[in-house]
Amino acid sequence: MLQCLGWTLLFGIPLRVFSLQLPEPVFCMVPAFAWAVIRPSIIAPFGVLLMGLILDIFWGSPIGLWALSLLTAYGVVLLCRNWMVGQSRPMMWAWFAAACGIASLAGFLFTRLDARASPSLIAVFWQFLATILLYPFAHRLIDRFEDADVRFR
Amino acid sequence: MAWTAAVALIVAVVVAVALLLSDRRETFQSEAYGVTRQVGDAVAAPVSGALAAPGRWTGLGMENLRDYLFAVSENRRLKAELKEARQWRDVAIALRDTNDRYKSLLGLKTEPPIPMVAARTVSDSRGPFANTRLANAGVEKNIQPGNPVMSESGLVGRVIGVTRGASRILLLTDIASRTPVMIDRTNARAILTGDGGPNPKLDYLRGKDPVKQGDRVLTSGDGGVLPRGLPVGVAVKGLDGRWRVILASDAAPIDFVRILLFQDFSQLAKAQQEELDKMPVPPPASPVASLVTPGAPAAKPPTTITATVTSPAKPPAAKPVAAKPATPKPAVKPAAPKPAPATPPATAPPPQAAAPEVPF
Repeated sequence: MLQCLGWTLLFGIPLRVFSLQLPEPVFCMVPAFAWAVIRPSIIAPFGVLLMGLILDIFWGSPIGLWALSLLTAYGVVLLCRNWMVGQSRPMMWAWFAAACGIASLAGFLFTRLDARASPSLIAVFWQFLATILLYPFAHRLIDRFEDADVRFR
Repeated sequence: MAWTAAVALIVAVVVAVALLLSDRRETFQSEAYGVTRQVGDAVAAPVSGALAAPGRWTGLGMENLRDYLFAVSENRRLKAELKEARQWRDVAIALRDTNDRYKSLLGLKTEPPIPMVAARTVSDSRGPFANTRLANAGVEKNIQPGNPVMSESGLVGRVIGVTRGASRILLLTDIASRTPVMIDRTNARAILTGDGGPNPKLDYLRGKDPVKQGDRVLTSGDGGVLPRGLPVGVAVKGLDGRWRVILASDAAPIDFVRILLFQDFSQLAKAQQEELDKMPVPPPASPVASLVTPGAPAAKPPTTITATVTSPAKPPAAKPVAAKPATPKPAVKPAAPKPAPATPPATAPPPQAAAPEVPF
């Protein structure tokens, strides 16, 4: 979680490379997805809530927007985790993309309700694209917990 | 185990919904910004500043290298620009003179210069749901929510939250941003609406063909939130068929920004009043003037204080162009420190100062 927040902070610096801005992926989707896949937990939803709130404060979005979006994605993954566990890496990547899509869609709808205006779909798509590239980190996290847990052996 | 996790999830969702419903980040009320955000910004500003420093140094190094390598071509380009700028300078001097004459004839009061604060942006949020920046100057420099923010090229946004050492800037591209603008060519009004993308939309455009490709877009000053005439960008037709604006501030990285300490037009009226209060009290008008004034023609200027220097009887063209100062002078000239003439002009205003009006 701290690593994700650190990376978020790092990608928040106003840097332009060849006149292009850095992408803004949602690093916190990685633990939100991985924690839901690993096991149901009481602490995890509050961890996701905390990450979302920190994102909102750091990015300056309405407080609760990313918290709710991440929790929506976390809840959906938690509901579907029985279908996901044990699947191949490409398939899990597809599930991760679906979870990112749900978080983006939730963010789009909540923003629409909150600001009474539609965010740019192109901007939403770019952020979605940058976020799904982070799946290898989620996979590593899931693998590490599976290796550490004797019940999976 | 699973049901306890579900309960925890529901509780977390309820908390998030409650926070989202209670959030009002885009208001001008400093209380609405909240202590949590203020503390967050105060912590994030120095950390982001430290993280951004290596990137900034690298950028400066690259710029120095580029300056060294392309010095000759840059010199040629600058010479050509200087040649063109000299022609524009002559035009500007002539226009300024004409403008001064019109102001003198109309008794027009323009706004005094707005004080500003320079700051560096240390963090940047570019997502679809929030487009904000954090600047490393805060309440200690008298920055307040609502202050407009400009880069060297144009308007960037406005301040929505301030704390010690940091202020949060809502960019024009943010989904919550609404800015009253006008098209320079036609004077048509519109509302610049951000949508999270790089080019905000022009909404509520009125009139027949009010805008065409390449028109300059400026702030209109409507509503009194922003000063009039700040450069915003250039109008373009978007792929979705809507008019959008290529922001002038996108022309260069927004490293340094200028925060205008502008609240609303009442602030300008107060500034004018304070300036007038500092001046010596003029001597009372002679009795002759009070006898002459009732018969004065109706060509009296609309305002009372500054009108003392704007007598229509005075030939305005008598001012030599070269005698003008190079820097823009404050709009309110010294009102009437000199004694009243023995035979005042027929259009002399009443000596008593009324409440200052600011006809913008």
